[in-house]
Amino acid sequence: MFISIIEAISRYAIPVVFVGIVGFGLAKRVKVYESFTEGAKEGFYTAVRIIPFLVAMLVAIGVFRASGAMDLLTNALSPVTNALGIEGETLPMAFMRPLSGGGAQGVMTEIINTHGPDTLIGRTVAVMMGSTETTFYVLAVYFGSVAIKKTRHALPAGLLADLAGLLAAIYISKIFF
Amino acid sequence: MINIIWAALLIIGFVVGAATGNLDAVTDAAIENAETGVSIALGLIGIMTLWLGIMKIAEDAGIVQKLANLIKPITTRLFPDVPADHPAIGAVIMNLAANILGLGNAATPLGLKAMQELQKINKKKDTATDAMVMFLAINTSSVTLIPASTIGILSAAGATNPTDIIGPTIIATTVSTVVAVIATKIMQKLPRYQIEYEKIKNE
Repeated sequence: MFISIIEAISRYAIPVVFVGIVGFGLAKRVKVYESFTEGAKEGFYTAVRIIPFLVAMLVAIGVFRASGAMDLLTNALSPVTNALGIEGETLPMAFMRPLSGGGAQGVMTEIINTHGPDTLIGRTVAVMMGSTETTFYVLAVYFGSVAIKKTRHALPAGLLADLAGLLAAIYISKIFF
Repeated sequence: MINIIWAALLIIGFVVGAATGNLDAVTDAAIENAETGVSIALGLIGIMTLWLGIMKIAEDAGIVQKLANLIKPITTRLFPDVPADHPAIGAVIMNLAANILGLGNAATPLGLKAMQELQKINKKKDTATDAMVMFLAINTSSVTLIPASTIGILSAAGATNPTDIIGPTIIATTVSTVVAVIATKIMQKLPRYQIEYEKIKNE
């Protein structure tokens, strides 16, 4: 029930927004075509402007992933996570989630297929996936697009939220599954 | 912080890659990912152009401002340094709504538009404002109602009831968003994150 309502909203949201905005604009006597093209002009430059930031982030993350450093990191941290009652198998997911959305999805799929979708570990990584977003990617692209260099507390705050979301995902999964 | 993490990822990656005999794979990854970065950005051009055009109509028709006024009580608390009827608020709301509904394609253009609007009222152009950090903290902690692709992957792997992750996911994402908002509010007051406005006055 809940899902079908959300699915319906997702399906109709964009058509309704487009028709609503253009229709309302006409009613308000906005020159809609001219407004559209005026705003749209910026599209190309906005997209191109984020290239350096995207490349910088994706290269660093790609290099780290391909090196196998993730395994070393999870092994080194396993005494800590064992003490906290966290399954070590979920650790690669915890590190990948803030770095890369596609990478996290890959790690999640791999863990689900290895341990089975109905196991606690399988379910936990699935919940971890949705608990937070790729902080590094979003910060790089969003700040890059407006040439912000000094990001102040954005990264520590974002990472703290990631940590909270991931820990919540792990412990909530223990209760639910 | 970002400089250190970026350098660490890169250097650790190459050093570990060399130590484990993965060096070729690491080098390939660097080149491949550079190309991926460019193709993601270029792939955004169409959808970016479309949404910026639509948003401009919404702005000219006064819809963005109306939307912003509607949830003033929340936004004035989250973004006290942004005027409640500023177009930035409208774009922020539309970005968050797109995220909540899982409309990833629409979310990025609307988010970048929100950043451009926030940048217009930024007094120091190379430094993030409190409002920008708050927006990104909420954005990166993601409030997604239906993790559709994750459910798809679970179901493809043969899960008996893949949709039962929805409840736990909503709780976990709410925790991360609440922590994001609180952490941002506290951190923005710390001395080390203050913006040095004096320099601008002297210029």
